[in-house]
Amino acid sequence: MDGQAILLRLTSTFGPGIVETHDHHGDPTAVVERSAILEAFRFCRDDPDLRFNVLMDLTAVDYLKYPEREFGPRFEVVYHLYSLPHNHRLRLKVRVEEDDARAPSAVGLWPIANWFEREVWDMFGIRFDGHPDLRRLLMYEEFQGHPLRKDYPVTKRQPLIGPNN
Amino acid sequence: MAKRTRREIYLGEGSGTGSGSQHLYVNMGPSHPAMHGVIRILAELDGETVVNADVEIGYLHRAFEKECEAGPYNNAIPYTDRLNYVSPLINNFGYASCVEKLLGIDVTERCKYVRVIMSEISRVSDHLTCIGASAMELGAFTVFLYMIKAREYLWELVEDVTGARLTISYARVGGVKADLPDAFGVKVRKAFKETRQVLEEVGKLLTGNRIFMDRMVGVGALSREDTIAYAITGPLLRAAGVSYDVRRAQPYWAYDHVEFEIPTGRNGDNYDRYLVRMAEMEQSMRIVEQALDALPGGPINVDWAGRAIDPASYVDLGKQGKTEGLLLIPITLSPNLAGIERPLHRALNVPDKRVVLPPKENTYGSIEGLMNHFMLIMDGYGIRPPKGEAYFAVEGANGELGFYIVSDGTDRPYRVRCRPPCFPPMAALPRMIEGEMVADIVPTFGSINMIAGELDR
Repeated sequence: MDGQAILLRLTSTFGPGIVETHDHHGDPTAVVERSAILEAFRFCRDDPDLRFNVLMDLTAVDYLKYPEREFGPRFEVVYHLYSLPHNHRLRLKVRVEEDDARAPSAVGLWPIANWFEREVWDMFGIRFDGHPDLRRLLMYEEFQGHPLRKDYPVTKRQPLIGPNN
Repeated sequence: MAKRTRREIYLGEGSGTGSGSQHLYVNMGPSHPAMHGVIRILAELDGETVVNADVEIGYLHRAFEKECEAGPYNNAIPYTDRLNYVSPLINNFGYASCVEKLLGIDVTERCKYVRVIMSEISRVSDHLTCIGASAMELGAFTVFLYMIKAREYLWELVEDVTGARLTISYARVGGVKADLPDAFGVKVRKAFKETRQVLEEVGKLLTGNRIFMDRMVGVGALSREDTIAYAITGPLLRAAGVSYDVRRAQPYWAYDHVEFEIPTGRNGDNYDRYLVRMAEMEQSMRIVEQALDALPGGPINVDWAGRAIDPASYVDLGKQGKTEGLLLIPITLSPNLAGIERPLHRALNVPDKRVVLPPKENTYGSIEGLMNHFMLIMDGYGIRPPKGEAYFAVEGANGELGFYIVSDGTDRPYRVRCRPPCFPPMAALPRMIEGEMVADIVPTFGSINMIAGELDR
């Protein structure tokens, strides 16, 4: 299926659950309502025409300083799906507000989501509901803040940790 | 496992204390030779069997993604060298191609072939390192020395082309830094001849070796379903019998013009991973040989009637505005430009003034070239892709290496995400080693080919 057909299938199935779609640079993309995202994953994975069986990547983007997006939902959680049987790709996105920075966890569908979501929590401070073990992944436990947020200065120092002599 | 990582680990805690036997917690790494100094595995043991394991990463985190946001697009290229430091060229090209996708430009034919050639040489050196190091960790030190010897031949080629062995920074958005050196094809064939000899020797040493097979066959196996569910790509997925390769599934650059096979395994264990890597090296060398034969000349337009003049007077004429015909004269301003003189520059780089720096002859010889140069170098004026987002995947040595870039229309990337190919296998490592012996951790970890530079970024 080409990108347009995939997006059409999604919009016809989920209707208002799909906020918007685009096909820029040949990457079909759909922004999905947070409440519908798990259902959309399950549909994408199990529908015989889609069969997106690989969660290729999961990351997030902080739109705090993006032109014309300053007031909108601050974060987008971005999922890149790939279908081995059909050799096509799809990008799904979920928008989350800063004061309610949480999204449903995809660990139940793809075990790799465990580490990807831990990294997103670590870097962006977005919580994943239903995640079995949401710890920091790349940073250490005592690290303060979430470094890939746009309001985290690139030069910021962290307090030294370790035993006090 | 959350509580256990915080728990103090005492040798001696475990069996013998109290009634009955207890599990023993053993900490492997980060200061452990087989963990490369950057991974910590906390294993819960029942006797010598691993019951449970937790993997801790992040010891080599260098804020790659954050640093990329801090500078113009081309500034990220040296950072990408340090992602997979065994095959840095593939990261370089992958990042550059993602920005090109955002810009909507297509590189020249010659550049595509150069990228294919250099990527495949890198892939061979990556597999050589992986097999050599993991064999060494099993005690086969000879193999390590042989493989590093072969890698040396290939790194000499890389050095010939890029001027560096590891931190190569060879790609540019819209092209590459410089052309291949003279008689490169001859050197490649000589190096490949030596490499093939080494591979044959190593094959004889390892492939049927009783000790090696005892340690590898059936160890660290992951079923096909699990491999897919963990989003594992590359040699590990192919060892499980799925012939997915980005070069074939979604051909980029010139991969649809070369013939190659995708070796696959059946059992998904360490031994199949070894066999897949060995077979892939031969295929990569095949690709390089075909690409060298097909390397197109590119649109080199030179007015050979123009006389050569010495660089000083060339620059003088340019300053005086006497640029008529000057841009057509082939001239070598400096020996440091080797490989990137004007005719070669045209063959390798996109003719797009918004993206590619002009050849140095133009920068020093005409006001237009100078202005173009500054427009790309000045803060706030560099490469400015339109607003949007793009994901571009290449086949790295460990699997799908993806870059996801979000542009806000300025000269700095708003967000750069690297999908590291050895991240998913590391996430699945506990699954691979649970139920196996402590000694099996080492070959399984070796077969993943963990590269901390891309894992931790």
